[in-house]
Amino acid sequence: MRRTTKAAAALLTAVLATACSQGSATRDTGAENGKVTLRYFTFSAAPDHVADLDTIVAAFEKENPAIDVVVETAPFADYFTKLQTSIAGNTAPDTFELNYENFVTYASAGSLLDLGAAATGDDGYQPSVYAAESLKAFTHAGKQYALPASFSTVVLFYNKTLFDAAGLPAPTADWTWAEEKAAAAKLTDKDKGVYGDFQPVQFFEFYKALKQAGGEFLTTDGKKTAFNGPAGVKAATWLVDKVGDTMPTEAEIGGTADYDTKLFKSGKLAMWHNGIWQFAGMADAPFEWDVVVEPGDQSKASAVFHNAIAASATTKHPAEAWAWSRFLTSSQVAATTRIKASWELPPVSDQAILAGYLDTTAKPANRQAVFDSLKSIALPPVIARQQEMQDAMTEELSNAAAGRKTVRQALTDAAATIDGLLG
Amino acid sequence: MTATRTAPKAPPRPAARAVGPRRSRLRYAGTVALFLLPSAIPLTLFTLVPMAGSLWTSLHEWNLITPMRWAGLDNYAELLGDERTLAAFGHTLYFLAGYLPLVYAGGFGLALLLNRARRGRNVLRAVYFLPVVTSWVVVALMWKWLLNPAGGVVNWLIGLVGLEGPGWWTDPNWAMPSVILASAWKDLGFVMVILLAGLQAIPREYHEAARVDGATALQSFRHITLPLLSPSTFFVIVISLINGFQVFDQVHVMTGGGPAGATTVVVEQIYDLTFRYGRAGAASALSWLLFVIILIVTLVQIRAQRRWVNYA
Repeated sequence: MRRTTKAAAALLTAVLATACSQGSATRDTGAENGKVTLRYFTFSAAPDHVADLDTIVAAFEKENPAIDVVVETAPFADYFTKLQTSIAGNTAPDTFELNYENFVTYASAGSLLDLGAAATGDDGYQPSVYAAESLKAFTHAGKQYALPASFSTVVLFYNKTLFDAAGLPAPTADWTWAEEKAAAAKLTDKDKGVYGDFQPVQFFEFYKALKQAGGEFLTTDGKKTAFNGPAGVKAATWLVDKVGDTMPTEAEIGGTADYDTKLFKSGKLAMWHNGIWQFAGMADAPFEWDVVVEPGDQSKASAVFHNAIAASATTKHPAEAWAWSRFLTSSQVAATTRIKASWELPPVSDQAILAGYLDTTAKPANRQAVFDSLKSIALPPVIARQQEMQDAMTEELSNAAAGRKTVRQALTDAAATIDGLLG
Repeated sequence: MTATRTAPKAPPRPAARAVGPRRSRLRYAGTVALFLLPSAIPLTLFTLVPMAGSLWTSLHEWNLITPMRWAGLDNYAELLGDERTLAAFGHTLYFLAGYLPLVYAGGFGLALLLNRARRGRNVLRAVYFLPVVTSWVVVALMWKWLLNPAGGVVNWLIGLVGLEGPGWWTDPNWAMPSVILASAWKDLGFVMVILLAGLQAIPREYHEAARVDGATALQSFRHITLPLLSPSTFFVIVISLINGFQVFDQVHVMTGGGPAGATTVVVEQIYDLTFRYGRAGAASALSWLLFVIILIVTLVQIRAQRRWVNYA
């Protein structure tokens, strides 16, 4: 009897031990029959462009039958948490998407493969297919650690049907904050649940509005904040005053995910500050809409976002990772798929491809605004403790928006916190 | 608690097993070790080793992607001088101050009611226990909807009687009460099940004898029920306090620590430090501070129990 118990215990222990070793996080990326499985992790494909990415993957696999690309997606809000953890846990995807704000962190951390070295032996590669400044943006210490994949800007979306119904002229590129504010007030009809304007009260809108108001976020040496002045007050007031007036409050939004997207799509939002990545999702909106370069104040300033594809420094398949990164960022298929699906813009040097973006009949009509917005851009301040700075700024702005603090007090407090992060 | 338990008339207990020769004792130890292994292995792998790892991490600066850089006690020094740490502990204490009385009073009340129930006790017990075994994400989302200031059921009901409901989790003054409400609701069943078991273990004869002696119901409750329930009460309070210090899931889902940082409890702060701010070292240091505080509080409770917990 006792012997059986012991044997059973020993067996259980053994089972447990195997279970533990199987549960470890290592993943085998080499597949059978000589095929190489290459993992690609992205935040920009889901939910609107998964099929477009599949098109690009299929074209790549046709050209490279020995490579099997496996796509993994995550929403932007979770993406970098997952990426960090997978790198820390030694299960990094072979290739992954990075935005410009995060590129430097990952490149200087040594997490990225030197693509220049991986490219040796690839005779077909010509750096000139990329827009030169885009390619340069993703070099670090003289090495090419990522290939530019897409860029996008933020514009003013407007519901033309609502403007027409109210007998108001549609926004133009000459608009300033004053015109936007006046139109928003006239278009807001809270009884019908219609709002005139929507611009998120947060860091990214603030640094841009600050630039529009003629201010700077940091001093020129980058060692102190510079936004706590008249231009800062003007920019913060511009954002904060909309809340509860021409734009719903936080309590009215009630934490609904993608509230503004749904509001605009349901035809109950007249003007909407958002990025060109929303074009595809709004294509079948049941009303007339268009875009225009964001109104400015002292000057125009638009936000630009830049994404790239990098390979993990620990990938077992550097050559395949290179081939896929190159294909995804510069092949004809990839560029035209992006253009056709309005999936941001490919950073290619060939103007003929980019011209295709304007030729389409898909909404919005005024696609020229996307290129016009590039003429005067506002770049986000980048510091070592970036996320803490962004959070501090957003928190103080929401304090002002909810009436918990005056705009001046909120800016003073934000400046004190951010100066502490810089010091 | 062993020395005082002398029962003069009880027959001496036979030794569990005769003390055998050396070999047999070794065999016995081996059997014990074998039985302990299945729980010792996971405990070591998934608790002790990670704990040691986090202690090591707490002495470094680490953003998860760069190699660790030695920092000595810098993380601890920084945390102790940071007002956000103090605020996080303050929010955690606020949570405990609301959660503990609510969950205990609610659970105890339910246990007393169910203890008197003649029929359906098991069904009711299962119903009240259901939230305990439900995922926190599900429960937190449900409460987030119920307490939604824009069209949530609770504010709709408040509106029916002509009042205007608060902003709940979108209002810094109401965010913590919202989290407390959800937490107490979920854990009520746990407290109830433990206390109900404790109540049912109290022999009926004690109450009958007291009644014969002319004790009122209140006196009977005060002098029989409460003292005899004290071991269960002690257990429930220790466990709830430890869980309360580690409150995270509901906060993360319902408020994410906001609005305006009003619900940033210690574990939420640990999460933010690691995954938002790339400071796994500081986060580990904060985890250890929390561990030490929970340990001290629990030790104090275990010492204090001698004064009020009755194991008779």
